[in-house]
Amino acid sequence: MGTKKTSLYQLHQDCNAKFVEFAGYHMPIQYSEGIVEEHKFTRNHSGIFDVSHMGQLFIYGSDELIKDLEKIFPLDLKNLKLNHSKYSFLMDKDAGIQDDLIITKIDEGFLIILNAACKDNDFKILKELLKEKYKMVLDENRSLIAIQGPKSSQILNEVVDGVKDLNFMSGNWFLFDNQKVYITRSGYTGEDGFEISILNNYADKLTRELINKGSKLAGLGARDTLRLEAGLCLYGHDLDKDKTPVEANLKWAISKERISKGDFIGSDIIIKQLNDGVSKIRVGIKPEGRIIAREKTKIFNQSDVHIGEITSGTFGPSVNGPVAMGYVENEFSKKNTKVFLEVRGKKYAANICSLPFYKKSYVKGVNQ
Amino acid sequence: MSEVKYSKEHEWIKLEGDVATIGITKHATEMLGDIVFAELPEKGSNVEKDGTAGVVESTKAASDVYTPVSGEVVDTNQEIVDDPSKINQDPENSAWFFKLKIKDKSEMDSLMNKDDYDKFAKENNT
Repeated sequence: MGTKKTSLYQLHQDCNAKFVEFAGYHMPIQYSEGIVEEHKFTRNHSGIFDVSHMGQLFIYGSDELIKDLEKIFPLDLKNLKLNHSKYSFLMDKDAGIQDDLIITKIDEGFLIILNAACKDNDFKILKELLKEKYKMVLDENRSLIAIQGPKSSQILNEVVDGVKDLNFMSGNWFLFDNQKVYITRSGYTGEDGFEISILNNYADKLTRELINKGSKLAGLGARDTLRLEAGLCLYGHDLDKDKTPVEANLKWAISKERISKGDFIGSDIIIKQLNDGVSKIRVGIKPEGRIIAREKTKIFNQSDVHIGEITSGTFGPSVNGPVAMGYVENEFSKKNTKVFLEVRGKKYAANICSLPFYKKSYVKGVNQ
Repeated sequence: MSEVKYSKEHEWIKLEGDVATIGITKHATEMLGDIVFAELPEKGSNVEKDGTAGVVESTKAASDVYTPVSGEVVDTNQEIVDDPSKINQDPENSAWFFKLKIKDKSEMDSLMNKDDYDKFAKENNT
């Protein structure tokens, strides 16, 4: 099977994209203005990201499906309101993270957005766990377009009337060109923004209209620097099968009600780790100078003992300095703990810090 | 005017007397993208032809900077360390990397002139 193209491929080419292969797709890493400009334009105005490589899994069903999904995800799904979204994970029995995802309650069931590299495996796992009781569609006919940044609400509302009234982490069906599009107020940049699920044939037209209204395409490069400044995890780097949600410092995403029941996959380990603590934990790491510590950089304590590793690290254009996150032994995870990062054979000072590096500006409660 | 020569590793080198000024080419900066970090050799240190003499990093990755000739580092450009974006803005002029007191001028002979380098860069556009 060859490398796939998204329905915006022609548009990417028209905008002089540099392509990389990512999870089996030709994806734009950047356009002619470059990662730093695309990053800053998204923070200050509005950036458009083609994330059509991500999985859009529709699972159809009602009360029984809710019960079955609660055995899989650590979420209080029976109390999840229609068109509301939650961040969650697919775990194995040891609570290792197989994927992180956003699940939204829709009329006919649930829509789950999955990572591109994991989606086929997730589909297999979920199909088995749900014993093929429900209709499941990993929809290849829909594109996913994210528009992010402070001007996005105004720009998207000019093209799709009514979206400005959505609340953060909620969605609804809207019309574009007389076609139903499902839009959620969410994203992966730390900015206010939206993700638009739209039929492939209409994705190019929608995106060109958003560009005409003043938004600009931004590539996967800017998406990575934006999400890292926002302290958000990237699966395959900050999260994987060897890490649990508690170790990943994501226990906020686990429903307390579901922990008290303890009946989901991986719940034994999660409960044990919540009670006894964990030996390693994800933290933010801020190098003191300009040195960039990338993934796999070793972390040492002040006595030169190896205490962890960086899982993501780059230069943050809005922070105007290097930013990183990684896992350290729990006793060194306190804010302002001094650590050392080994880059090209030399050790550089850094500090454990709280996340995000860049303050989020999600819009909450516009319509409550 | 002194002649500027070019290496296959995309450095430029300008010789004035026995002091060579070295930087990276515009083509190199276009391939790298936004440069956000630069590390230079220490003043007073000796570098060997084709050895590493610095590092540049973009938001995406780190790349070594090589020296096309041997010599003693007599000066380094702190301005590009303080503001690496200057390398993207003016790579073949004010954003030079380091100056060498060179040992052997004949090391310059194997380097390319502008026309040859432009052709080489076009053919090796990766």
